[in-house]
Amino acid sequence: MRIDSKGRIDRSRPLTFVFDGTSYAGFKGDTLASALMANNVRVVGRSFKYHRPRGILTAGSEEPNALVEVLGPSNQTPNTRATMQELFEGLVARSQNRWPSLGLDLLEVNDLAAPFLSAGFYYKTFMWPRRLWEGLYEPLIRRAAGLGRLSGKHDEGTYEKAWAHCDLLVIGAGPAGLMAALTAARAGVDVILCDESSEPGGRLLSDEGAIDGLPAADWVAGVLAEMASLPNLRLMTRTTVTGAYDDGTFGALERVGLHRRPRPNLPRECFWRIVAKRSILAAGALERAIAFENNDRPGVMMASALSTYLNRYGVVPGKRIALFANTDSARNTARSLMAAGVEVAAIIDPREDAAEEPGTTVHRGAVVARARGRMGLREITIRKGASETRLSVDCLGVSGGWNPTLHLTCHMNGRPRWSADLAAFVPNDGAIPGMLVAGAANGSFSTHGCLAAGAEAARASLAALGMAAPMAALPQAEDAPYAIAPLWQVPTKKRAWLDFANDVTTKDVALSAQEGFTSVEHMKRYTTQGMAPDQGKNSNVAALAVLADATGRGIPETGTTTFRPPFAPVSIAAMGAGGRGAGFAPQRFLTSDRASRDRHAPMIEAGLWYRPSYFPKPGETTWRESCDREVMMVRSSVGVTDVSTLGKIDIQGPDAGRFLDFVYTNTFSTLPVGRVRYGLMLREDGHVLDDGTCARLGETHWLMTTTTAAAGLVMRHLDFVHQAFCADWQVRFTSVTEGWAQFAVAGPRARDLITSALGRAPGLPFMGCSDVTVQGIAGRLFRISFSGEEGYEIAVPTRYGEALFRDLIARAETMGGGPYGMEALNVLRIEKGFITHAEIHGRTTACDIGMEKMVSAKKDCIGKAAAARPGMTGPEREQLVGLKPLTDSPITAGAHLFAQGAELTRENSAGYVTSVGYSPLLKSHLALAFLKNGRARHGETIRLVDRLRDIDVLCSVTGPVFHDPEGEKLRA
Amino acid sequence: MRLTCPFCGPRDRREFHYYGAADYLNRPGPEAAASAWDDYLHNRDNPAGVTQDLWYHEQGCAAWLKVTRNTVTHEILAVDAVAGGAA
Amino acid sequence: MPDLIAKPALGHAPLTLAGTTLTEEPQARITAIAPFPGQTDAVARALGMAFPAPGQVVESGGRSLVWAGRDIAFLIGDAPTVALAASVTDQSDAWVTLALRGPQAVAALARLVSLDLRRVQAGQCFRTGLNHMPLVLIVEDADRFRLMTFRSMAQTAWHEVQDALEKVAARAALTA
Repeated sequence: MRIDSKGRIDRSRPLTFVFDGTSYAGFKGDTLASALMANNVRVVGRSFKYHRPRGILTAGSEEPNALVEVLGPSNQTPNTRATMQELFEGLVARSQNRWPSLGLDLLEVNDLAAPFLSAGFYYKTFMWPRRLWEGLYEPLIRRAAGLGRLSGKHDEGTYEKAWAHCDLLVIGAGPAGLMAALTAARAGVDVILCDESSEPGGRLLSDEGAIDGLPAADWVAGVLAEMASLPNLRLMTRTTVTGAYDDGTFGALERVGLHRRPRPNLPRECFWRIVAKRSILAAGALERAIAFENNDRPGVMMASALSTYLNRYGVVPGKRIALFANTDSARNTARSLMAAGVEVAAIIDPREDAAEEPGTTVHRGAVVARARGRMGLREITIRKGASETRLSVDCLGVSGGWNPTLHLTCHMNGRPRWSADLAAFVPNDGAIPGMLVAGAANGSFSTHGCLAAGAEAARASLAALGMAAPMAALPQAEDAPYAIAPLWQVPTKKRAWLDFANDVTTKDVALSAQEGFTSVEHMKRYTTQGMAPDQGKNSNVAALAVLADATGRGIPETGTTTFRPPFAPVSIAAMGAGGRGAGFAPQRFLTSDRASRDRHAPMIEAGLWYRPSYFPKPGETTWRESCDREVMMVRSSVGVTDVSTLGKIDIQGPDAGRFLDFVYTNTFSTLPVGRVRYGLMLREDGHVLDDGTCARLGETHWLMTTTTAAAGLVMRHLDFVHQAFCADWQVRFTSVTEGWAQFAVAGPRARDLITSALGRAPGLPFMGCSDVTVQGIAGRLFRISFSGEEGYEIAVPTRYGEALFRDLIARAETMGGGPYGMEALNVLRIEKGFITHAEIHGRTTACDIGMEKMVSAKKDCIGKAAAARPGMTGPEREQLVGLKPLTDSPITAGAHLFAQGAELTRENSAGYVTSVGYSPLLKSHLALAFLKNGRARHGETIRLVDRLRDIDVLCSVTGPVFHDPEGEKLRA
Repeated sequence: MRLTCPFCGPRDRREFHYYGAADYLNRPGPEAAASAWDDYLHNRDNPAGVTQDLWYHEQGCAAWLKVTRNTVTHEILAVDAVAGGAA
Repeated sequence: MPDLIAKPALGHAPLTLAGTTLTEEPQARITAIAPFPGQTDAVARALGMAFPAPGQVVESGGRSLVWAGRDIAFLIGDAPTVALAASVTDQSDAWVTLALRGPQAVAALARLVSLDLRRVQAGQCFRTGLNHMPLVLIVEDADRFRLMTFRSMAQTAWHEVQDALEKVAARAALTA
């Protein structure tokens, strides 16, 4: 029901929205909750376990009941708190956890079965027979329980992640936060002020107090006007600070587009990482409930929420309202309601010394014993001593006192402390380095107390930032003392709710204690109290007070569970913004990319790179046909492939040779200028790090190549070796991978192709290199091979890469050659027994790959000492071999090797396959594999088994080099 | 978590690559006993308190850094360039 | 014999959103200069330019020397003609340079870069990441930046800056 004179809604801007298929009217400035309330919709959801009808409980992000699905063109967002969802034209929302409708929910049968559904029921009930668990119980429980549903489709909405930096982060823009931010910003530091509401002001917008003689909301408006003039203050509304992390880093979730119709490119939410030198937590306090029989009936809500709905939204949820409260804060609510012409039927105050309240009846020393009205409150029972009276009301405001919103202070292991005066936990100083807690979050509940604490926290923060901290007059405001008579539950034999969201009652907590789960952490997990979307914000303290009661301990001894981030739910889409599809990782494209795609080459990912898999020709229907043709093309004429992805590190300096000798197992300082050498690099633990070639371009100038996979790793390794062990050596290295486009030209006609492209014969010996001019461009030529054929690699600056690639393949095609892709490249190197990171996978030693002779005895190198240690060499290790199946059957990498006749057990595995390919040259599948004592077993027959792919093949063990083992073709 | 690189200033931890204990800086000589290599490669303290480890400013200046930090309080006590030379 | 044709990393036309323009800069001559240990002063003398301190850009005679990491700087402009006690490599083809200039430049960068860009000014540069990509960020002015990243990643870099700019522009349109 609307109250005409009240609220901050814009009555000149009516809006229509749809809830559960019915169209309603609201106003700009409403939340979905306030608009539903204005339309007298009392039941907005069904509870988690018992499917009980539920109404709106709160007016904030802690709401446990009013969770709805919001339906948009690209999204279906479950568990949206109606209290936080601002109304916009065309909003469509749907209630959750009911079937077929809110009014008639067949699973409400659970409520009747409640005696069998006590805490831990499914631990006890669904234990046997065990086989029914996955097939029956779990799907059944999942269908019945749970909250909103996902659409099952991708969320096509726009999300964003961003960074912000400031000197001082102020969390919460109530009286303390506004005062703190203003004081600090006036002094000139950069301030970010975050508030999760759409409008700053906090309780000042909800309670009808006065500051400096003005209505509090007017004071807020004045502060905001001044803030708007301060360029060093950044106000972030609709932004919930969700986590406090090390070194002044905070997470925060901003609702950017959730409160308006979708617009192109406008993010729905933004997940902020805020870095602040200092912070002030001014998050206020949350009102807590009192448990009594059927206290979850729609129409029972928090007293402070009544004030908020009245003063911010001009709406009240009933015509005849009662209040049940053990502090004076609910008296403000009563006065506001009465001033607005709403009947306050009674105030039930358990304090014997509670004051009278003009205009209504105060039942002192009394409690509310029960509520009646399944689909909406009709009546409460007031109990005083042994006597009970019934009172007809349609709404009850409850206040069991206030809990400081101290969650963030616990995010780095901080523990709150119990304050007997406030009957609440309060934060400890220094729980988060650099953070001060001010106002209600610190247990100062009066407006004056909040303003004073905000100003003081700002001054202390300024001092810590090395800024002068001017004293300014504090605005005048009420400073009422806080007097509470703790009351957590009204005794009953029936159910009284603690955790509305997870349907946890006082009985469940008592049962938990009775069954031995007396620690607060055990009680939480046994009852699921505090594990719902509200994370126990409405119930934690009351639940542990009830537990303390049941176990006969005090609350401080009972302690509290740990608050962890996030403070409020954060959508995964916001945290993962930008990470979908191609946004997950950078894509690296070769200069030949377009030319390869022009030829319809399927591209495969190699790390971040995209490389052509093969180049299909008309008539070829499988990749194998193309691959076989490309292999035979290289073996018989000439092939061209892009090898620019290999890491290239330029190394210069008088000590370059000495440095290379230290990082490679073999010796490089003796290599003549103009020559290339294959090198092996170990990790310090003796295992192979990487391999590649290194060319000596000049007396003090070298060019190292790394594998594609290890390019970054090797750079990091070289930096470490240099900076940690020989920082004074006269050598520096620079990655030049990106600067050169490099193409391998391989095959019997490779020399002809290079001659044609250069306009002269290359004139290089095997493993030679030289500068060349390629069609007017300065480039480099290396005579190296990864195929076993005569091979060259020709490099030009990247900008010329595409032109050179197109030129080379055009020339190759006149010779019966052409481009080849990764599949053929792989077969070629397997035929030749060349290793890749499939073989040097991090657990192989130089000895395992037959390269122990490459570890020079004449010098130290990284990994040498460890490589020589027992267990790193010898026949007990798996050594590189070749495998050829005895029959024409496919074989697979990852398959294991067994002696014939051996049982197929893990213990009997004699090795494993690392690489496979079909050799069109040898007309056989081939494999490289590691086999125990493999070098001594050439000629043996071994059983290859891949149980995942159902392959079981006998293979003969060979040396790893199948093609041209003497290397005559390379040196031709 | 943030580290103050001696060259680049305070940076988010995403810019850094963690390697391991600072023990890696004390490489034994080539003739050192096997036990010295064991200690160097494998044996590590796991203190509840101050520890030193190596980080690489991979998305930054490429300096290797020795970070002194407290594993209990998460306080960063010092960040030094392994090769020195920082401002 | 025809000469090889040079291609730009992208060849994209400039993009302007919310008064902020993303452009692909023409390829410049970039020479990486990494002085050998202890030789920084000698290198600076030979170059006739101060060697930049971390985060600094030194300008002289139409060339700029951009700090690019621990003891390394990029000389943008004509290559050095004298021998230097340094590793000298031509990096002209290794980097793509984008420019982001306009009132929303800092806001867009806040979506891509974890740095504090509140009070940047001409003469500053940063080694950092553009999301997962390496970045040399050169400050031309408080709202004008050049972004150098690996050339092979140019498409992703452009895409991510454009994406950030589109979102920032959509936000700006709400208050415009």
